[in-house]
Amino acid sequence: MRMLLLGAMIGGLTAGSAWAAPRTYAVPDPTAQLRPPKADSLAAGYEAAQANCQTCHSVDYIATQPPGRGKAFWDAEVSKMIKAYHAPIEQADAGAIAAYLADTY
Amino acid sequence: MTDPARRAFLKSAALGALAAGSGLRPAWAGEDAQLPFGNGERPLVAYPGKRPLLQTTARPPQLETPFAVFDEGAITPNDAFFVRYHLADIPLEIDPEAFRLTVGGHVERPVALSLSELKALPGRTEIVAVNQCSGNSRGFFEPRMAGGQLGNGAMGCARWTGVPLRSVLDRAGVKAGAVQVAFNGLDRPVLPETPDFAKALTLDQAGDGAVLLAWGMNGEDLPWLNGYPLRLVVPGYYGTYWVKHLDTVTVLDKPFEGFFMKTAYRIPDNPCACTEPGQAAAATVPIGRLNVRSFLTNLADGARVTAGPVSLRGIAFDGGSGIRTVAVSTDDGATWTEAALGRDLGPYAFRPWSLTAALTPGAHAIRVRATANDGSSQPMASRWNPSGYMRNGVETTRVQAA
Repeated sequence: MRMLLLGAMIGGLTAGSAWAAPRTYAVPDPTAQLRPPKADSLAAGYEAAQANCQTCHSVDYIATQPPGRGKAFWDAEVSKMIKAYHAPIEQADAGAIAAYLADTY
Repeated sequence: MTDPARRAFLKSAALGALAAGSGLRPAWAGEDAQLPFGNGERPLVAYPGKRPLLQTTARPPQLETPFAVFDEGAITPNDAFFVRYHLADIPLEIDPEAFRLTVGGHVERPVALSLSELKALPGRTEIVAVNQCSGNSRGFFEPRMAGGQLGNGAMGCARWTGVPLRSVLDRAGVKAGAVQVAFNGLDRPVLPETPDFAKALTLDQAGDGAVLLAWGMNGEDLPWLNGYPLRLVVPGYYGTYWVKHLDTVTVLDKPFEGFFMKTAYRIPDNPCACTEPGQAAAATVPIGRLNVRSFLTNLADGARVTAGPVSLRGIAFDGGSGIRTVAVSTDDGATWTEAALGRDLGPYAFRPWSLTAALTPGAHAIRVRATANDGSSQPMASRWNPSGYMRNGVETTRVQAA
């Protein structure tokens, strides 16, 4: 029975159109985590980043950006998420997120 | 060229260089690779159907090809081919029987074609072509900019099987007044307000016979992450136009206004597609054709080699005029020697090159410069543009001969 099933699976994979069922794909889950803030004053930005950024993307998107680019860089990125991609981030949270990212990354 | 002992030597030399130098470590799952720029650590992750690749991001998946793969030959294996998505709602279930490509908009007869109907259309063909991400090599720009932080591995060359898009447009009957054709795939944004990833070509280009609806890659079905079951192949153009999981073709009687054409993927509107480093462009146009590039593939930066005759080899490509010459310098550009070109798989393909160079004991900066049949060549120093696209400066590989 196991051999039959295996044969059917291989047949389906190679014959393509002979396989009636939908095909599926499994992507590994993201593992990256946001880095904790270095100062307590950035906790609100950290929490807002936790609550918002991962709606649309894993946070390796943040960690792979060039290091030490500062507040203007991260202001522009958060602004792009809101204006271009329509992330529903409150204005106060946007500033806090950018401050946390600039200080942490 | 096919002497197995020589190949084995080169392979072990390259691996040694990879392990010792600032290039990539061999691709074993569970390890990290290090790209040679800040925040360049990348986990090596094996996705289903893929060997361990450099994971730029997990959701949506962005995977870069380990550079040593390009030394395996002019065709990039399916399981090593790079992956780039923009939006995280990627298709995870597709029924190839139920799949339909719809062609509508400014046409006489909107059609919905199954995969078997597509495969039966006239003009079935194959083409070997390079797909390169617009932002390939972005991590090397200085000053650096936001975006996917890629080394040189967001490119690949495959043999694509499909039918000309023109066959489908003819079947639907393009109406007079049509100007562009837009393309959308099964991947979607997470939030409905986020602009969907869709692209457009002019009607002239869409119907030129070279643009394909492709279901095959290197003799197999497209890998899932490379656009199964159907993708657009736009030979000579950056990968942004090669829409994956393509299910919607729309003929338009006015220019497409989508975000990924109107705002993103734009380059400075000048002959060098460049600005002063750090400066914005006065005017921009959509990115288009690949510029000419070349790479040394069998020695990584920091490699140690035995002084004497050293075999060098690599690849070169451009946007479809084909490679005329590849010149190699082992003295940082002071003197140049023309390399031998390898098998010609067509003007859109990786063109292998090889050269045996006499390396005296000491340090050598090996540089490679290709010239295309259209006369274009690579600048000695890479130019800069705000989005980090189209990098093509002459590459330098520093080796030590002893």
